Amino acid sequence: MDAADFNAVWLTLKLATLTTFMLLMLGTPLAWWLARSKSKARHLIRTLVALPLILPPTVIGFYLLIFMGPHGAFGQLAVALGLGELTFTFTGLVLASMLYSMPFVVQPLHNAFEAIGARPLEVAATLRASPLDTFISVVLPLARPGYLTAIVMGFAHTVGEFGVVLMIGGNIPDRTRVVSVQIYDHVEALNYTHAHALAALMLVFSFVVLFSLYLFNSHAVARSSTQ
Amino acid sequence: MTRLFFQALCALLCLLSSWTACSEEVQVAVASNFATPMQKIASQFEQLSGHKVSLSFGATGKFFAQIQNDAPFDILMAADQLTPARLTGQSVPGSQFTYAVGALVLWSAVPEMVDAQGAVLKSGRFAHLAMAAPELAPYGAAAAQTLEALGLAEALKSKLVQGQSIGQTYAFIATGNAELGFVALSQVWENGRIKSGSAWIVPEKLHAPLRQDAILLRHGRANRAALELLAYLKTDAAQTVMRNYGYHF
Repeated sequence: MDAADFNAVWLTLKLATLTTFMLLMLGTPLAWWLARSKSKARHLIRTLVALPLILPPTVIGFYLLIFMGPHGAFGQLAVALGLGELTFTFTGLVLASMLYSMPFVVQPLHNAFEAIGARPLEVAATLRASPLDTFISVVLPLARPGYLTAIVMGFAHTVGEFGVVLMIGGNIPDRTRVVSVQIYDHVEALNYTHAHALAALMLVFSFVVLFSLYLFNSHAVARSSTQ
Repeated sequence: MTRLFFQALCALLCLLSSWTACSEEVQVAVASNFATPMQKIASQFEQLSGHKVSLSFGATGKFFAQIQNDAPFDILMAADQLTPARLTGQSVPGSQFTYAVGALVLWSAVPEMVDAQGAVLKSGRFAHLAMAAPELAPYGAAAAQTLEALGLAEALKSKLVQGQSIGQTYAFIATGNAELGFVALSQVWENGRIKSGSAWIVPEKLHAPLRQDAILLRHGRANRAALELLAYLKTDAAQTVMRNYGYHF
């Protein structure tokens, strides 16, 4: 691995960390609303959140290239808000990754909130806990496995992102050239040694992450069932 | 009725096997820049010969990796000369030839953005200049050589955005995400003029010639359709189509 490879790894970690953090901030109220609301609109929102799961990255990337570009509504809005341009920038990659990884964060949180049910909230209310206090002292601890899944899956899925980055990134070193794109470049340029090093790293990383998640969550389930 | 039945049966057999009395099918891997002319040439050839041509488009480097791993292509029409030459184990010796010479163009979707001398490059009045990745695409390498020859490589480095192929590079410019960029003339040229936007055809002295070679692959060595298609590429009819897309010989 050379300096360019390390830069790609570093950029990928930065992108995944930031994306996961932003998604948790956005996903918590959204998932809470989805779990608690009786509004008909929740089906619509659920559908929109789940769409990136089934859409090919080429579709997302192609539309983002158009809508986030200088002629697109999204791109013009971002410039008006002072965010700057979205295509070919790190900011744009974070926004695109948030869209792309959203179901992997929102769905586990949604399931966790739903599983808590109304009962613990009612109990907390009769003990005069404020809604915020209830959320922090009751909901968050109960939803911990959901948060763990959301963080791990959101992070890992962003690391594994390829098609969307390829379409809107422009392959710029240190700004948009993430590991998956770097591997693709190495393979196309027939640098198989470099490709192997990075690809093996990705394989080991993904395996360890998923394995630890399943191991940890099964322990959590075992603990809570013995209590 | 029996005759109709017999014909249907024959057609079915043709589909199921490559029966010598029937037409044959040829699988061609075509470099992205040659996609549009090749579709026209292939349909002309199909009408003329009765053979079936199936085309796959992509980056030459990707085809190289696939063919080395026994992808079932009969012909490779590359964007360069080097890649076919490196396929010694998988190709028929002596079958390589130059089917066309491409041209590089600096193109913008905006009319009058690019002037006839390409002086816009020196002005720097743009945020993004798109090109294909030089290590992946021959047209990207030609673009890099052009910037080098003009002495602008360092100055424009921070404005460069790279597409994985010239198809993706074209998309960056066509959608306005990059104001201008280097693509293949064939992508923006039809019947002797630029289809839309503005362009500067880069003089050939600024980069190595974009000679594109075709080669017969081992998989197609006994395929009559493949041999006939390779011969057809050298005919006036095929070369007229290529000229209409800005290729020369």
